[in-house]
Amino acid sequence: MTSLFRSSLQGVAAPPTALEAGDGYQTVRTPDPKAKPTRLSAHDVCVFYGDKQALENVSIDIPERSVSALIGPSGCGKSTFLRCLNRMNDTIEGARVTGEITLDGENLYSPQVDVVELRARIGMVFQKPNPFPKSIFENVAYGPKIHGLARSKSELEEIVVTSLKRAGLFEEVKDRLHAPGTGLSGGQQQRLCIARAIAVGPEVILMDEPCSALDPIATSIIEELIDELRENYTIIIVTHSMQQAARVSQKTAFFHLGKLIEEGPTERIFTNPRDKKTQDYITGRIG
Amino acid sequence: MTDSFTVSSSGAERRRARIRAGLGRRHLFERIFRGLGVLAILIALALVGSLFWMVISKGYPAFTQANLETEVYFDPDIIKVDPPPQQQPGQSAADFRAQRLAWQRQVTMSNWNRVVEQAVRAAVPPGLEITAREATALVDAGERHRLRDIFVENPGLLGERLPFTMLASADVDNWLKGTIDRDLPDERQQLSPATRALADQLLESGAIQFKFAWHIFTNVDSRSAPASAGLAGGLVGSLYMMLVVVLLAVPIGVASAIYLEEFAPKNRLTDLIEVNINNLAAVPSIVFGLFGAAVFIKYIGLPLSAPIVGGLVLTLMTLPTIIIATRSSLRAVPPSLRQAALGLGASRTQMVFHHVLPVTLPGILTATIIGVAQALGETAPLLLIGMNAFVAAVPGTPFDQSTALPAQIYLWQGNENRNFFEARTSAAIMVLLTLMITMNAIAVLLRQRLERLK
Ligand SMILES: Nc1ncnc2c1ncn2[C@@H]1O[C@H](COP(=O)(O)OP(=O)(O)OP(=O)(O)O)[C@@H](O)[C@H]1O
Ligand SMILES: [Mg+2]
Repeated sequence: MTSLFRSSLQGVAAPPTALEAGDGYQTVRTPDPKAKPTRLSAHDVCVFYGDKQALENVSIDIPERSVSALIGPSGCGKSTFLRCLNRMNDTIEGARVTGEITLDGENLYSPQVDVVELRARIGMVFQKPNPFPKSIFENVAYGPKIHGLARSKSELEEIVVTSLKRAGLFEEVKDRLHAPGTGLSGGQQQRLCIARAIAVGPEVILMDEPCSALDPIATSIIEELIDELRENYTIIIVTHSMQQAARVSQKTAFFHLGKLIEEGPTERIFTNPRDKKTQDYITGRIG
Repeated sequence: MTDSFTVSSSGAERRRARIRAGLGRRHLFERIFRGLGVLAILIALALVGSLFWMVISKGYPAFTQANLETEVYFDPDIIKVDPPPQQQPGQSAADFRAQRLAWQRQVTMSNWNRVVEQAVRAAVPPGLEITAREATALVDAGERHRLRDIFVENPGLLGERLPFTMLASADVDNWLKGTIDRDLPDERQQLSPATRALADQLLESGAIQFKFAWHIFTNVDSRSAPASAGLAGGLVGSLYMMLVVVLLAVPIGVASAIYLEEFAPKNRLTDLIEVNINNLAAVPSIVFGLFGAAVFIKYIGLPLSAPIVGGLVLTLMTLPTIIIATRSSLRAVPPSLRQAALGLGASRTQMVFHHVLPVTLPGILTATIIGVAQALGETAPLLLIGMNAFVAAVPGTPFDQSTALPAQIYLWQGNENRNFFEARTSAAIMVLLTLMITMNAIAVLLRQRLERLK
């Protein structure tokens, strides 16, 4: 513990160089023989907010068409890591990312990558539902419109309707597609945000505590939805609910103080964690 | 310490007692603070109220003016003119124009003072003897020009009689309204005893009536005929300046605010720019006037006393206000909205124009209108670019010489005929304040309307 602390303190004074990278700690990994092929892969990712290091040498493979859960106590860097995956950290003043993240083998941080295209491929749903102050229809239609995905009005309408159906919201809002999206209930708004994200046809969907503002019923609706979406999308979800992680995910990664402590098949992590900190966290002793 | 936090009943009792002991002071403090707040509001209201009371009570009499109802006789013995020229077949247009001008000169040469005098005499009750000067002193000096213009337009009036309402002179207006002390000795009165008596009699008989003075809005300033002096020049001049400000300050201000807030990297240079914009907002307006005189008039060579220069100077003054207000309303947009747009793959520009600007529009509009309203009332810089010159004309374009509302107020405030122009100054202030209040009301309405749309 003390030695870990010291290395993180050194990180504050001078960010670790590539040579030092990886020698601070070792992530406990349990390979999953049943896992689908890797889609996204992070390698030695470090994130700094100004001088403060928020993530230390995180390396993980995310399999396609499955749900991966990121868990860990508050402030451990889950959201930070998630934001690295679609480069939303670029929008934060003073944030700096080192290391490598690849989508289908292509480095997201290479200069050739256009963030606009990247974010169309990797969509995001936020902790707090944040529909645009526009109509339900326009909320969902916005992404396809700016990316030029619909060639005609009817095509656009079709995209909107299928996205709303996929997000399990269509039946509830079909009579008021032109009512403001902000007038929906919290759970409906979150499903609207999911519909908005999938309308662009992303390959990966990042969800940052999508249910934290919702009641148990709305939560279970969204969990079912995630389970269905898994067939077509690669999903990464941050959650504070161990039960939720256990219910929806196939792979789980446990973060602690900016480090990826342990990752592996969800079942394995929850039934038989190998690291002491993971064990303490899932049994409720830290966090 | 530990004892007071135990759950034992005696501990709870003691805690409550301690809270209760402090309650009196806490409530007292709250009451005092509220009282101070109410007092502050009352003082502010009283100040604003007395300002309005002062301006309105002084200014409203100026909106009615004494008018003499009488009859004009276009006497052929006085107006000795040839019949107006007709365009002959084969005559060139230039020839005809020259001929017509000559005829107009002839009309002007006629003794219109006599016509006015006759018209006044027509209203004088029989038996009252007054001299010609005493008669013409009754009506405004501008009336003879008005009669002449009517005649030029309509030469067929020669030899005709026409019921006619004449504006009473400023001195008569003063006398009848009591703005000049009636007990002053004769030598300190502006009017001769005969004219004063006549004015009183005419008022009594109903020949002189007080009427709403529309000409305040339609006439330009006048020194020789003070009773007919109006604000039209200042109104149009100010309008042109507002136009320049809206066309320049709003797009430039909003664009720079958006760039600085949304696109510019945050570094030394942008910090420096930010500091300087804030400094610019604090620069006294008279300095902008000096700058305008030096740069726009001397260096660029724009005309003196022109609304375009005034507008440019006011644009400089309004820019920082608009930039600062727009930036703060951009900053107030919740980050979640930006994240939502960026997360979907919107570019920065799309995020700004599709999502951020629509929600900030009410704020930007309000800031703009308030900035423009402030510019409307600004006087000091106008004095330095010659807009306080006496200009008796409505400017046709922003490049023509003109005055402006606040400059007009300043000019009237300094007019020698204090008794008459004191009310007129307040009336002009009322017009200016009404314009500003209207603009601010529009800002509030627009804001509410736009916010309801959201
Ligand atoms: N914009 C930022 N600027 C500076 N520091 C930040 C910023 N965002 C996060 N941090 C810091 O980085 C660390 C990780 O934050 P992060 O938001 O990733 O945690 P988290 O695991 O998502 O926590 P939670 O579960 O509470 O959402 C924290 O110490 C936090 O204070
Ligand atoms: Mg978080």
